[in-house]
Amino acid sequence: MDLAPVLNGFTVVLEPTNLLYCLIGVVVGMLVGVLPGLGPAATIAILLPITIGLEPVTSVIMLAGIFYGAQYGGTITSVLLKLPGEASSVVTVFDGHALARQGKAGTALGIAAIGSFIGGTISIVALSFLAPVVASFALDFGPPEYTALALLGILLVATVSSGSRLKAIVAACIGLLLATVGRDAFTGGERFTFGNLNLADGLDFVPIAMGLFGLGEILYNLEERHTSVQAPAKVANVWPSRRDLRQSSGAIGRGSVLGFVLGILPGGGATLSSLAAYAVEKKRSKTPERFGKGAVEGVAGPETANNAAATSSFIPLLTLGIPANATMAVIFGALLIAGVPPGPRLVTDEPELFWGVVNSMYIGNILLLIMSIPLVGLFVKILRVRPAILAPITVLITLIGVYTVNNSTFDILLVIVFGVLGYLMKKVGFDPGPLLLAFVLGTLLEDSLRRSLLIFDGDALGFFGRPISGTLLVAFLLVAFLPLIGKALPRRRPAEHPSDTKELV
Amino acid sequence: MTSAHDGAHTPGSPGGRTAAGATPQGDPGPVPPARTVEDVDRTPSSLHDLEDAVHQLEHDAEHRPPPAGTTTNLVVAGLVVALGAAALVGSLSLGAGSAGNPGSGTWPMILSLAIVVLGLALAASARGTSDTERFSRSSWLVLAGLGTMVVFVAVIEVIGFEIPAALLAFVWLRFLGGEGWRTSVITSIGVVVAFYLIFVAALSVPIPHLF
Repeated sequence: MDLAPVLNGFTVVLEPTNLLYCLIGVVVGMLVGVLPGLGPAATIAILLPITIGLEPVTSVIMLAGIFYGAQYGGTITSVLLKLPGEASSVVTVFDGHALARQGKAGTALGIAAIGSFIGGTISIVALSFLAPVVASFALDFGPPEYTALALLGILLVATVSSGSRLKAIVAACIGLLLATVGRDAFTGGERFTFGNLNLADGLDFVPIAMGLFGLGEILYNLEERHTSVQAPAKVANVWPSRRDLRQSSGAIGRGSVLGFVLGILPGGGATLSSLAAYAVEKKRSKTPERFGKGAVEGVAGPETANNAAATSSFIPLLTLGIPANATMAVIFGALLIAGVPPGPRLVTDEPELFWGVVNSMYIGNILLLIMSIPLVGLFVKILRVRPAILAPITVLITLIGVYTVNNSTFDILLVIVFGVLGYLMKKVGFDPGPLLLAFVLGTLLEDSLRRSLLIFDGDALGFFGRPISGTLLVAFLLVAFLPLIGKALPRRRPAEHPSDTKELV
Repeated sequence: MTSAHDGAHTPGSPGGRTAAGATPQGDPGPVPPARTVEDVDRTPSSLHDLEDAVHQLEHDAEHRPPPAGTTTNLVVAGLVVALGAAALVGSLSLGAGSAGNPGSGTWPMILSLAIVVLGLALAASARGTSDTERFSRSSWLVLAGLGTMVVFVAVIEVIGFEIPAALLAFVWLRFLGGEGWRTSVITSIGVVVAFYLIFVAALSVPIPHLF
């Protein structure tokens, strides 16, 4: 492996601007992790307008920092308040909060921070070796391979998204349909523009992401009855004892590997890997009865895994150009806006961007470790900010922010429309994640499908004649139709559950 | 909040079960009785139990309205089918093309057909769906919030962003967030001043402004 570009990446990171934006990113990430309400995908979406004037590498360094920073921050509320700030920190509540009730909140936070740091770092190292290999493998991909890959990616994300799978697939189809609005790349004819000039160039990614994730989430949260938040427990002594460390070292190791592997898979990501890590730890433990009553491993495993997964989910994005989850879809959008289409050529054509972003994660993780151990008290104070005060500020940032992208009032209108759509979707059980992901991949998918059909002379079976696209499509069909066959079998039995778990992992 | 979930077999996150402590408002039949916090502490073992417990926990933390009835589910499925049908008509008018020579309308047509079929499947499973949330009285809050945004976009070109922004912040703080009068007035003015300083004075963003 050629080390020169890797080292070059460090010079990129150490430029003062990039360091500053890395710091901004991780602090913002930590904050959104701490504050319940907005997740990292929503925050990154809302901050997209800021990135427009920036260098591509700087903006992705910042956005990535928000993403993995949120994994650290989410732990704090899970442990102290039993309110997960982040979906991927939900399992931490079981043992983390139990520890806090025993007066050991510091231990839980300390172990989580150390685990996150180790998991993140191992994952970055593994990414540095694996990503160039995947990218060089993918360089030979033609339209049929991309068609199959995009289809499988969208389906996997829809399969493991929250809520009904059927609804997630509907959302994905609507996303693909929205991507067809505007000029047809092949014929130049306008599609679904209804004569509106603003739509002739297609729907813009920024207002859709900001509306669906940002405004939609805020509107959805309006309906929550806010109970008064209890004062968080006092945090003393964040350094875990030697015994705690020894006890959780295995969990941290296993969590790193599990998180890295699950993070790469489309639809995997931080949430799934934290769940899986908890299950693994409990199963392996000689004293499973301690779980839920304050087992350190129950905090260490999932917290390590979610951070490792957050890092490794960059691999499919940066090497194949296929985002593995909703947050990656937003970062995909940011790269497109910056004029750097992510794909297998990124590693060789834009080594500074690729290695700059990857290496910035080392720095970001160190910054986060510093913030989570000595400065944890500061973030605990932030918990006192009421969501009612944050909501209008976020709304205004969204409305004004989207205007600044193109200086167009039409974009504000668009963001409101998609905000309503996002709210309604969440309300009736459709996860907006697959919609955005599909929208992002829509053009690629349609282009490669049409090209493939031209190559194959209209014979759809041609996909199966090429080894990679054939394998991917078989996997697609299996994922799509196996559950249907399962449903067609006679009445549900309890024995069905093990197969569920397999499908998930 | 997105969370990994195999929704085919368990109810999804919004309104999956009644939150502990929330009053069940005439839940549709087969919803299990409210679980208590102790149930969650029973610590799940399999990944599947774990997911259930996680949803329960998210639910407890967020106090969501109860799940909606079959009618709402049918209406949702109907809307999906209608959307698919409308898109189908639109795609056919673009030219369906053929497999050997795909046209502008080919791909949208495939998608629209998929949406129609999936919508019909949703309608067929409407009775067993419990991840739809009931529209409750608090849904009016959402409409009110939406109203402030529509006013914002309607008048910004005419009178600049300051007045509609202050108004929006005030309504959200006082009426949607239940803050006190004083906090609401001071915060909304403070927010607009801060935005003015950041966007207009410091960054000179060409956002329409009054002053």
